[in-house]
Amino acid sequence: MRIELIQPFINAADAVIGETLQCTAQAVDVSMDEEVYRKTGLAARVSITGDIEGRVIFDVTRDTAAKVAVCLSGADTTPDDDLVRETVCELANLVIGNAVTSLNDQGFRFKVHPPEFHASEAGLKGSEDTEALVMRFDTPAGSVFMNIAMQYHHRRRQDGQFD
Amino acid sequence: MEQFRALVRAQDRQPVRYLVVDDSIFARKNLARIIEAFGGQVAGEAGDGCTAITEYDRILPDIVFMDITMPQMEGIEAAERIIHLHPNARVIMVSSVGYQENIVAALQKGARHFVQKPVKPELLYEVVKYVLGEDGLAVETQEEVNGESVQ
Repeated sequence: MRIELIQPFINAADAVIGETLQCTAQAVDVSMDEEVYRKTGLAARVSITGDIEGRVIFDVTRDTAAKVAVCLSGADTTPDDDLVRETVCELANLVIGNAVTSLNDQGFRFKVHPPEFHASEAGLKGSEDTEALVMRFDTPAGSVFMNIAMQYHHRRRQDGQFD
Repeated sequence: MEQFRALVRAQDRQPVRYLVVDDSIFARKNLARIIEAFGGQVAGEAGDGCTAITEYDRILPDIVFMDITMPQMEGIEAAERIIHLHPNARVIMVSSVGYQENIVAALQKGARHFVQKPVKPELLYEVVKYVLGEDGLAVETQEEVNGESVQ
């Protein structure tokens, strides 16, 4: 996966987490993964179609999600499961929405689909030639994992526009 | 959250009534908190574009906060349909996906403004004030709300 696809996600995560949690989010671990993705906590998946196709998974532990939910909602009680799940999906929506806005400014055209809560333990895998980038961000509320599996759309790649 | 001077309707000094449209319950709650800080009233909520159209007809709000990426019917199409039926509808798009095509498309369909998520309350406040124009008033106290000393 090329750096111009990755950098907007790092920047967006940094900006959104910083804005919503009023703290800095530090990317502490970046690696490539060809294995089936298995969630570590509560995960939200957002699909992207168009010039770039693939999916991004936002994954946090329940404890971290609960802390984020309290911070974002201003609630002073322990958030219920629905609110915690919603928080993970909305956080994913914010980061990915901001990242694709930046990619769009670079000339890529695509559609972002609504986040889906990913509850299965079975794991996810992209197409055979798609490897995933896994990033971990450390925040005061805990670690946030982002798993990005994307590739240029076949038709556009054949056009040679992005090679 | 920072408190703002209450935004009320100029005609009757009642709180501005909002319709909040977003498929995320979390986002709707967050916007509701912001509306409360603006001194407004959430008159209705919708989780998709189809419901938004029905709710608009039912409650006739002063302002609509409309997300873009939603299931069933997306926000830009819902905004277009609402504005087609109610040309004076004040629709403000509120979305995390803020690229130019979306903004231009929304404005061409009649949306009044576009605010990117995560929402900064102070920015949204200024946008709402701008969109209300002369139909809105920013007031500080209950006396002002009652019309006894409006600046």
